Amino acid sequence: MLYFSKLRIISILLFTITLSFFTVLNFIKLENSFLQKKINLGLDLQGGSYLLLEIDNEPVIKQKLQSKLLDIRKLSKTENLQIKNLKLDNNVIYFETTSLLRDKVEKLFEKDDSDINPYYQNFKSHELNLSIEENLFILSFSDYGLVLLKNSTLDQAIEIVRRRVDELGTNEPNIVKRGNDRILVELPGLDDPARIKNLLGKTANLTFQFVSKSSEESFGTQTLKYDEDDELEEIVSKRVILSGENLLDAKPSMNNETNETVVVFNLDRVGAKKFAKATSKGVGRQLAIVLDNKIISAPTISEAIVAGSGQISGDFTFQSATDLALLLRSGALPAPLNIIEERTVGPDLGKDSINAGIISLIIGFILVILFMIYKYRIFGLIANIALIINLILLVGILTILEATLTLPGIAGIILTVGMAVDANVLIFERIKEETLREKNKIIAFDSGYTKSRTTILDANITTLIATIILFFMGSGPIKGFSITLGIGILTTLFTVYFIARLLTSVIVLRNKEKEKII
Amino acid sequence: MTDFKFNKFYKTGNILSIILVFISVIFLTFKGLNYGVDFKGGTLIELRVIDKNYNITNVRDVFNSLNLKGVSVKKFGNETDYIIKFQTEDLNNPNFINNIKSNIEKKNGNIFEYRRVENVGPKVSKELLKSGIIAISLSLLAMLIYIWIRFEWQFSLGAILALFHDVILTLGIFSIFSLEINLSIVAAVLTIVGYSMNDTVVIYDRVRDNLKKYSDIKIYELSNISINETLSRTIITSVTTLLALFSIFFFGGAILKGFSLAMILGVIFGTYSSIYIACPLLVNLKVTQKTILKEDK
Repeated sequence: MLYFSKLRIISILLFTITLSFFTVLNFIKLENSFLQKKINLGLDLQGGSYLLLEIDNEPVIKQKLQSKLLDIRKLSKTENLQIKNLKLDNNVIYFETTSLLRDKVEKLFEKDDSDINPYYQNFKSHELNLSIEENLFILSFSDYGLVLLKNSTLDQAIEIVRRRVDELGTNEPNIVKRGNDRILVELPGLDDPARIKNLLGKTANLTFQFVSKSSEESFGTQTLKYDEDDELEEIVSKRVILSGENLLDAKPSMNNETNETVVVFNLDRVGAKKFAKATSKGVGRQLAIVLDNKIISAPTISEAIVAGSGQISGDFTFQSATDLALLLRSGALPAPLNIIEERTVGPDLGKDSINAGIISLIIGFILVILFMIYKYRIFGLIANIALIINLILLVGILTILEATLTLPGIAGIILTVGMAVDANVLIFERIKEETLREKNKIIAFDSGYTKSRTTILDANITTLIATIILFFMGSGPIKGFSITLGIGILTTLFTVYFIARLLTSVIVLRNKEKEKII
Repeated sequence: MTDFKFNKFYKTGNILSIILVFISVIFLTFKGLNYGVDFKGGTLIELRVIDKNYNITNVRDVFNSLNLKGVSVKKFGNETDYIIKFQTEDLNNPNFINNIKSNIEKKNGNIFEYRRVENVGPKVSKELLKSGIIAISLSLLAMLIYIWIRFEWQFSLGAILALFHDVILTLGIFSIFSLEINLSIVAAVLTIVGYSMNDTVVIYDRVRDNLKKYSDIKIYELSNISINETLSRTIITSVTTLLALFSIFFFGGAILKGFSLAMILGVIFGTYSSIYIACPLLVNLKVTQKTILKEDK
């Protein structure tokens, strides 16, 4: 066990030096971008905002089923299916047909190339589950249909969220999916998330609808308010003249005549055509500009707008106009987003945490080092050198992985310092026992290493199991703890069996004639 | 090597442990744990008062005047730092926190420096609690499986009992003193599980070695020899681990206080239980040389 071949020594040194190099990278600046790796600081250390958003899928499901309803009605006409009592109730579609047509209808919904109810080969499932009671057909989303719908909604939503966050120009935002209906947004350096929450909390569905004086309009009407707690309301036609989809661009501006802040927008070709047609017909009528079912303003059309651009006024401050323009540019979310978790750490607290972490690391480190030298003298020194190298390797690996260091992560490093000496202690104590029996120092040291090995493995595997579970179950900062502690265990085993043993062998081989060396 | 008669106090230790576990379970059942916003949901604000004359009563008055539900104000680390917790009114109102801030500023001027704000919705807090419980249960299960593979059932039982003892006592103390349970405490408990196991396994390994070595010594004596043989390792490792933990406790800032305290308790209980739970159980189960030879066949 004490013998090291030249090759082995060289590989140990190479490994150590390589990792040390990565450790040093954290403290210097390099031009080479490939090597520009660094440990990232978690939001709890550098300050910033963490937002967890959940998509409210209910409206999307409802909308999808509603359009399904229209499809079924159409199909009934073209295929003459005599479908009646078609209705949507609690996200379930019901309809009846005659007993003669029953099998034909069933086939339309159940065949593999069904248009009305797509079949997903890879999931072996239709989009909708069908159950039939006599002549009554009952349709609802299948599990996979729902998953696919949620996934596509999530994909669209994350794209919009990304655009909105990017527009704000925050520093290196991190936006990722969580499960199939959540989005995690991390914004380093942001200590007041109110504005971003404001922007992400809006679906930003923009529509232009005529204000209708009579409530008898062929498309039906709805009553919309200007503001949630506002008394003021208008009856508007349900017919949508134009929606946000047709917007090419929007930006805040100043209306020179009224000296008001407004949002000016440009429409695409289709939109411009629609808008021109509607406004030329509707001169003298009020056109309501509706955002998320609330009226922003309802100006009276004085002349046809044919240029494909227009402006929205409505008591804006420059800030609110900027935000509205941003929302319109980035597009509407497919579904509302709810903020279900928010954590914001100010930059001062982050700095304080880093300082406290480093101070406690240094103090813990010095205490452990002094204690080991007091207990084991020269071998304490060996354990300490192993410990220092252990830390360097740990930081090196964290750098290569570009891991995120959190405050609990620092605690994990300090704990590694405390527990890392355990393996060396186990070995040294075993060697002490062996030297009582065995006169030959080399044999005694050898068997000390051999006999303690199972115990050391047992002891470290148990801690490793705990950290692995923590890694998979924990979130955010706690994950950081499991990463540093887990990697710490691995580097500890390396330094104990390679670094410390190499140093031990040097000392033992030089002092083998001495009466007492440990 | 030392020769302490640990085995003389096996009975005393067992009785003491049973009493402590009993008290802990009583507290955990009737008083329960003091969950933080991570697990209970709600809003947490950490702030620093700029005006040094502001004391806890003033801070409490400021927040009580805001019509918030379930306000609690506590000192946090520094003399000037406070943690304020209350029920979240509407997480989806983006201006919810800013309204509170501006209300305070209107009434009292610019008196606080806001250092941290956490809002955890009811759904997330339920999930976090669930995943915390799952994580701890999973780790106990994993330890059970590991030790079951590595040792005979008598040893597994002893190690697991010691583990439960450590976790229950640590949580019991948190319950008795109403210390806050948050995500980092779950991390601490998991680490305690690992540490406690580690400590027990070291002594058990030695017991098994010795069972093979001395066929004529009874387990009562043999366990005592094993404890003594590994004692200096037990002490040194506990000391270095505690040195690191105390360093976090005193210098690591207020956020890590609960975490390091839980770990300190866990390490102390873990060291104690390896000697006074894990070893006496082997004696009670009448482990002999045959126990391990049977397995070896």
